[in-house]
Amino acid sequence: MAQIIHRSTNLLKPVSVAVSATRHLTTASTTPITVETSLPFTGHNIEPPSRSVETTPQELLSFFRDMVLMRRMEIAADSLYKAKLIRGFCHLYDGQEAVAVGMEAAITKKDCIITAYRDHCIFLGRGGTLMDAFAELMGRKDGCSKGKGGSMHFYKKESGFYGGHGIVGAQVPLGIGLAFAQKYCKDENVTFSMYGDGAANQGQLFEALNMAALWDLPAILVCENNHYGMGTAEWRAAKSPSYYKRGDYVPGLKVDGMDAFAVKQACKFAKEHALKNGPIILEMDTYRYHGHSMSDPGSTYRTRDEISGVRQERDPIERIRKLILSHDLATEKELKDTEKEMRKEVDDVIAKAKESPLPDSSELFTNVYVKGFGVEAFGADRKELRAVLP
Amino acid sequence: MLKILKQKAVSAPLLRAVVLSSRNYSVSAKQMNVREALNSALDEEMSADHKVFLMGEEVGEYQGAYKVTKGLLQKYGPERVVDTPITEAGFTGIGVGAAYYGLRPVVEFMTFNFAMQAIDHIINSAAKTNYMSSGNISVPIVFRGPNGAAAGVGAQHSQCYAAWYGAIPGLKVLAPYSSEDARGLLKAAIRDPDPVVFLENELLYGEYFPVSEEVLDAGFSIPIGKAKIEKEGKDVSIVAFSKMVGFSLKAAEILAKDGIDAEVINLRSIRPLDRSTINASVRRTNRLVTVEEGFPQHGVGAEICASIVEDSFGYLDAPVERIAGADVPMPYAANLERLALPQVEDIVRAAKRACYRSVPMSAAA
Repeated sequence: MAQIIHRSTNLLKPVSVAVSATRHLTTASTTPITVETSLPFTGHNIEPPSRSVETTPQELLSFFRDMVLMRRMEIAADSLYKAKLIRGFCHLYDGQEAVAVGMEAAITKKDCIITAYRDHCIFLGRGGTLMDAFAELMGRKDGCSKGKGGSMHFYKKESGFYGGHGIVGAQVPLGIGLAFAQKYCKDENVTFSMYGDGAANQGQLFEALNMAALWDLPAILVCENNHYGMGTAEWRAAKSPSYYKRGDYVPGLKVDGMDAFAVKQACKFAKEHALKNGPIILEMDTYRYHGHSMSDPGSTYRTRDEISGVRQERDPIERIRKLILSHDLATEKELKDTEKEMRKEVDDVIAKAKESPLPDSSELFTNVYVKGFGVEAFGADRKELRAVLP
Repeated sequence: MLKILKQKAVSAPLLRAVVLSSRNYSVSAKQMNVREALNSALDEEMSADHKVFLMGEEVGEYQGAYKVTKGLLQKYGPERVVDTPITEAGFTGIGVGAAYYGLRPVVEFMTFNFAMQAIDHIINSAAKTNYMSSGNISVPIVFRGPNGAAAGVGAQHSQCYAAWYGAIPGLKVLAPYSSEDARGLLKAAIRDPDPVVFLENELLYGEYFPVSEEVLDAGFSIPIGKAKIEKEGKDVSIVAFSKMVGFSLKAAEILAKDGIDAEVINLRSIRPLDRSTINASVRRTNRLVTVEEGFPQHGVGAEICASIVEDSFGYLDAPVERIAGADVPMPYAANLERLALPQVEDIVRAAKRACYRSVPMSAAA
């Protein structure tokens, strides 16, 4: 029980700064509640865990706050992109929040997470602040990568978040490398390597999975199956879209990724498994409301009915709202007030982030190396712009 | 061997004087081949820092495809000398991920030809990450292995990758020639906090070079980014790296008989490129010949030529001459292979052209 409180307060601290009106939502009790996952788990070469998940009112309410904040952040990013304050690529996660939140509830910051470019909410879950995120999206110096990374390159090594990668599939061997290092250092922690249904067919994934299994690495592969690899539906890309079975000799679990408690249970189960027995694959059945990125309307390869159907039947935030209401942990009005509060928080941070300046021109040449040996680097016109790398 | 010793004496009199006065130093220094140099460097760095580990195909039980990692599995165990399956993309990614976490992997590619399967991880996952994360995640990894042509191994096993990797900001690219280079640069590479591509040469592994006590010391290392003047001269600068340094030194001997005093520069470091040493040399000799094994277009020599034209144009008394591998995939037949690679006579001819000692061949119409 004490462990759950610790994790919840860690999650609450960086995510929400102004917690005044609904203070009682954060000091809710820690008396245990048991919830049932929406669906049973399906196992591949493994006995799946039980559908009954232990939680507390505090955790339920923190799930609500965190997912609402994530949802709000992504919607606000959509507007900022359309206002041309965010440039380049912007891949939004709204609809998939339960995966980020459920995973965090099952692990610590000493466990590592690595993902691809749909990384804003995972970053938030790992302790990144809204300011870090929005300033980075707008390319300002107060961003988590000082404006030099952008949407696809959020990092927070001190909280076990290793990015933020643009090359589809590359993050999986990298994540298995993190697990290798954890085992090498005898750290008793695990790494979650996240990838999508599109990346699930990448050869390097199977190369790295083979080594993870061969060397018993504490690696958990998490396929966030939102059923579309950009514009290509899973049945058009994979002969076998049962991604949890693709590990063959590596056990797998199919999980309802829209149910934060199913995700939490699966991740807890996977962590215990990986520490003792090596790699395991989790397939999170999830959905993204937005298109692949802001350049994709998301409606040319799927019907609007499908999108609104998922929103109606399976939305992760609505699921938690219903649970909170049915357990009488808060009123509808209190939850609506929380949502308003989160919205205001996001708006306030965006206003502040807009004030943050662009990085200084000298930052063009910083961090190329850790140790530059005083070597020269050149700008476009090398007679005009050059720098010495420290 | 003695000839090289003499040359070393000419080029580094200060060092020899110091050594002679401080130790009982015999003129015939200890001989060590490049393989032994690399092996001892790996051994000492693994001993000094537990975070250093090796991974690659056949590095462990096979004792290394070219025996560079011989004995290390026995000494350090399978956790630190890791035999991998034949899956370059996978194990290179794993190595880079381990470096993200803070370990110091040394990833061996059986040859750099196979590294093309992993090049995304070398460039996008390793080289660029410190920059993209604004210093949050550094990548202290070394990618090493034989580069360039061997003997009779054909087109898919003979390419030189110095120019490709040398173009990438965020990477350091080293190319040792002698055993001293091999020891010093590999130690520096392993201790370096940035990703280093370490281009060895299979044909040099068995070659012996003299090594001083200083070189044999466990603390020895060579600064990254500094070229070495192997032989001083005043008539023409010959810039080369790896095996071509040996060829250039032989060419210098032949040129000396014709009264041309060539300066031979061993780049040691492709990136950072030691532009100041090269420019200073050309400002003294006024003539430049670049030598490399790799393909000529967009090669290392092209970059050096551009650098000289930009910074020392007024000092050039002749056009820059480039000697490079032929513009063809490497053939197998021995005579064609010989034609596809730079030979000593090519370097001699180019140096003479730079000195206007022979009529240059006109370009094909």
